[in-house]
Amino acid sequence: MTTVEEGKAHVGFGRMLRKEDARFLRGKGNYVDDIRLPGMLHGAILRSPHAHARIRSIDTSAAEAHPKVKAVVTGATLETLNLAWIPSLSHDVVAVLATDKVRFQGQEVAFVVAEDRYSARDALELIDVDYEVLPPVVDAKRALDPDAPVIRDDIEGKKDNYIFDWEAGDKAVCDDVFAKADVVVSQEMLYPRVHPAPMETCGAVAWMDPIDQKLTIWSTTQAPHAHRTLYALVAGLPEHKLRVISPDIGGGFGNKVGIYPGYVLAIVGSILTKAPVKWMEDRSENLMSTSFARDYHMRGEIAATREGKILGVRVDVLADHGAFNNTAQPTKYPAGFFHVFTGSYDLAAAHCHVRGVYTNKAPGGVAYACSFRVTEAVYLVERMVDRLAQELGVDPAELRMKNLLRPDQFPHVTPTGWEYDSGEYPRALQLAMDIAGYDELRREQAEKRARGELMGIGISFFTETVGAGPKRHMDILGLGMADGCEVRVHPTGKAVVRLSVQTQGQGHETTFAQIVSEVTGIPAEDVEVVHGDTDNTPFGLGTYGSRSTPVSGAAAAVASRRIVDKARIIAAAMLECAPEDLEWDRGSFHVKGDPGTSKTIQEVALAAHGPMDLPDGVEGHLDATCVYDPPNLTYPFGAYICVVDVDPGTGKVAVRRFIAVDDCGPRINPMIVEGQVHGGLADGVGMALMEAIAFDEDGNNLGASFMDYLIPTSLECPSWETGETVTPSPHHPLGLKGVGESATVGSPPAVVNAVIDALAPFGVKHADMPLTPAQVWRAMHGNPMRTDLAIQ
Amino acid sequence: MRIEMNVNGRPMAAEAEGRTLLVHFLRDTLGLTGTHWGCDTTNCGVCVVWLDGKPVKSCTVLAAMADGHEVRTVEGLEGESGLDPVQEGFMRMHGLQCGFCTPGMMMTARWLLDQNPDPSETEIREAISGQICRCTGYENIVRAVRWAAEHPQGADESEGVNA
Repeated sequence: MTTVEEGKAHVGFGRMLRKEDARFLRGKGNYVDDIRLPGMLHGAILRSPHAHARIRSIDTSAAEAHPKVKAVVTGATLETLNLAWIPSLSHDVVAVLATDKVRFQGQEVAFVVAEDRYSARDALELIDVDYEVLPPVVDAKRALDPDAPVIRDDIEGKKDNYIFDWEAGDKAVCDDVFAKADVVVSQEMLYPRVHPAPMETCGAVAWMDPIDQKLTIWSTTQAPHAHRTLYALVAGLPEHKLRVISPDIGGGFGNKVGIYPGYVLAIVGSILTKAPVKWMEDRSENLMSTSFARDYHMRGEIAATREGKILGVRVDVLADHGAFNNTAQPTKYPAGFFHVFTGSYDLAAAHCHVRGVYTNKAPGGVAYACSFRVTEAVYLVERMVDRLAQELGVDPAELRMKNLLRPDQFPHVTPTGWEYDSGEYPRALQLAMDIAGYDELRREQAEKRARGELMGIGISFFTETVGAGPKRHMDILGLGMADGCEVRVHPTGKAVVRLSVQTQGQGHETTFAQIVSEVTGIPAEDVEVVHGDTDNTPFGLGTYGSRSTPVSGAAAAVASRRIVDKARIIAAAMLECAPEDLEWDRGSFHVKGDPGTSKTIQEVALAAHGPMDLPDGVEGHLDATCVYDPPNLTYPFGAYICVVDVDPGTGKVAVRRFIAVDDCGPRINPMIVEGQVHGGLADGVGMALMEAIAFDEDGNNLGASFMDYLIPTSLECPSWETGETVTPSPHHPLGLKGVGESATVGSPPAVVNAVIDALAPFGVKHADMPLTPAQVWRAMHGNPMRTDLAIQ
Repeated sequence: MRIEMNVNGRPMAAEAEGRTLLVHFLRDTLGLTGTHWGCDTTNCGVCVVWLDGKPVKSCTVLAAMADGHEVRTVEGLEGESGLDPVQEGFMRMHGLQCGFCTPGMMMTARWLLDQNPDPSETEIREAISGQICRCTGYENIVRAVRWAAEHPQGADESEGVNA
């Protein structure tokens, strides 16, 4: 049987099977919960059953008396260590264990360390917490009412649930454009609270070695270096005595960016017990307490001429941030990149106002492949364009084609200040329409409508905003977002590349080898990728916001070019000619006009380590590093078309076809890019049709298990149809743009637009996600419901 | 209590509490960590193993219920002649990304092909519909199983790895 190792050498970009698969296929992955250390103990967290309650007392004596319990930690314990509260990335603090009140259902109240998993859970039952239940704030729209209970009375002088007001764009100019427009359409819409729910939940193993005082943390983190520095800053631990290892990670999607109380508690548990401590949350804990995403109540408006020229967009947002403002995002803006809501269109003006509020729900807000709120922005503008098409009575594809930015308008500065790097938007939309057979679909739809059948066609055109990022837009508690990379070519011509970013399924062990290979000509099979261990990789901010390829990929490309530049000097010395007399044929140099006189990169590598006298100023060995500070973000884009059938008897939506044309610049590995797109499309179908975390009037989380929080299976997903155009980024060394979140960002509005299109015979203009059979049925009968609260 | 079972063709025995779930027995007691644990409600299927030749969700089976029975896990898929065609299909068709759902998916796929060597796309989708993958959108899992159906002996020598 053929194996990867026996395959022929693979140089550069192109389809290549993944190196990491060899262990996953055999059940030999190494996830956090697979780690077993001698003497390891197990932790479990007691969580609040209430959304809002004052803690009168906690009695841990019975738990402490359990024969297998080694430690019980409460907020009072943490206060003695100054760790009861830790700073968030959004100018707020987060409780590790509640000291005064609990502020959402599922909040961490106590931590037990025991000899085994089951005993730790048993001991939780023995802890007696006396709660004084308080009225919760569940409806974000009521959070600022004068009589609303104050959630954050831990903040001195806090008398309301207000977090921030933030604006972008020129309001006066925008208002003027709207006042003069022929047509203004407005629409209220909710992007519901959803959850990334990676198949592997969050967890950590912490081991504070009492002899050398070195703390090693294996954790489900997408950003090991950022975590190490934050642990050092927050806990005052010396950073050189901290090692964060992110082993194999079972999916991230933004869920594993932040530092959770459980990680801190595992560390505290190890310090207290002098043993390694593992904490692994269960699914309900994951859904109830770790970073959710979205929860944006938006009121959008779009202005246009009667002929369908879009002039402006404005939006007012009420952002539900839960009990703590803990959005794990690095931008300087409280709403992330939301002000990219002008989308892919040529607009005269735009303005947004975002107001953030506290509610008695889990904190978070930025997660689930969202590119820091680009998901909400794209949904807003793509729904508004469809609403405009509806009002004007024009085809939504035609309206988009008429208003898309033209290639000659790039680089394009948007009314809210983003500089789009490159784009050929009409070409992508046309390709999607060609693959779909758009005109034929419209004919089919007309025939079906005449028969009373409900078929819908939905379009979405998105511009993504990734590659965080330039220092003028972002940092993490003062850390800029440059990423390091080291490439080392061994004497025999094999190489190792060390990365600051970390893979959760994206295939970095393959694609980064291909980047080095693309530049140096060393076969990708001969390049080992090292990542996910702060002791063995250069500093950088990690993998989220689709930033690995645009930032770390650029670092790998530049370091590889430095290898080639140095190799040229050494090759010239070997061939006794001037460096400029050499031609580079990816993998070897030859003397111009004399192809027979050449040296391969492998021969140069050996010489670089050998006894030869190297030219003046050239050190031995063949290594290079790069710290890449991105000059701009990258802007991948795409055109999506969704075809749905709605059962008029039940309101059930079936996605029949989904066509996705993505432009992420050149593709390192088309197989992997397509896989990234497929996964994002499934996410989008899930959010549009099934996924939402709602709350009842007492603040009970109604999506706290996979029986309640529905994720698409193989039966809800169609066979995806993909296409590509290639528009390189002008500022990335290899033109790459990133693709990880494109489909998650771009697909929900296509699905929703398709369903609303199908319901046109009922006069439906909008219904909020998720478009469950109940919601569709109610929309058909003129009564769509709010999807953030229990069924009204 | 002492629990004995045949795992991947080898007799194994260990002490465990009566309430121990099979998934935890396999992972924590026997050290077979290829089988994963993803939810508490039998919805996600990352814990699928075979019990007496049939796929089961091992988070909803007590280890004691498997006492005296045969269990097959992902670690038992690869044979002496190399990878199972299902494993090879997942690799060649990019049927996995993070790898967490993959063992359960492959165990179901192997069972399906044993029952139905030439399943349609619909039959494959139905077979894996009790399991969740968050990365692939299922398309390439379906392709992987079809590849395995079309290559019951694995790839022949003429098929390049990266073609």
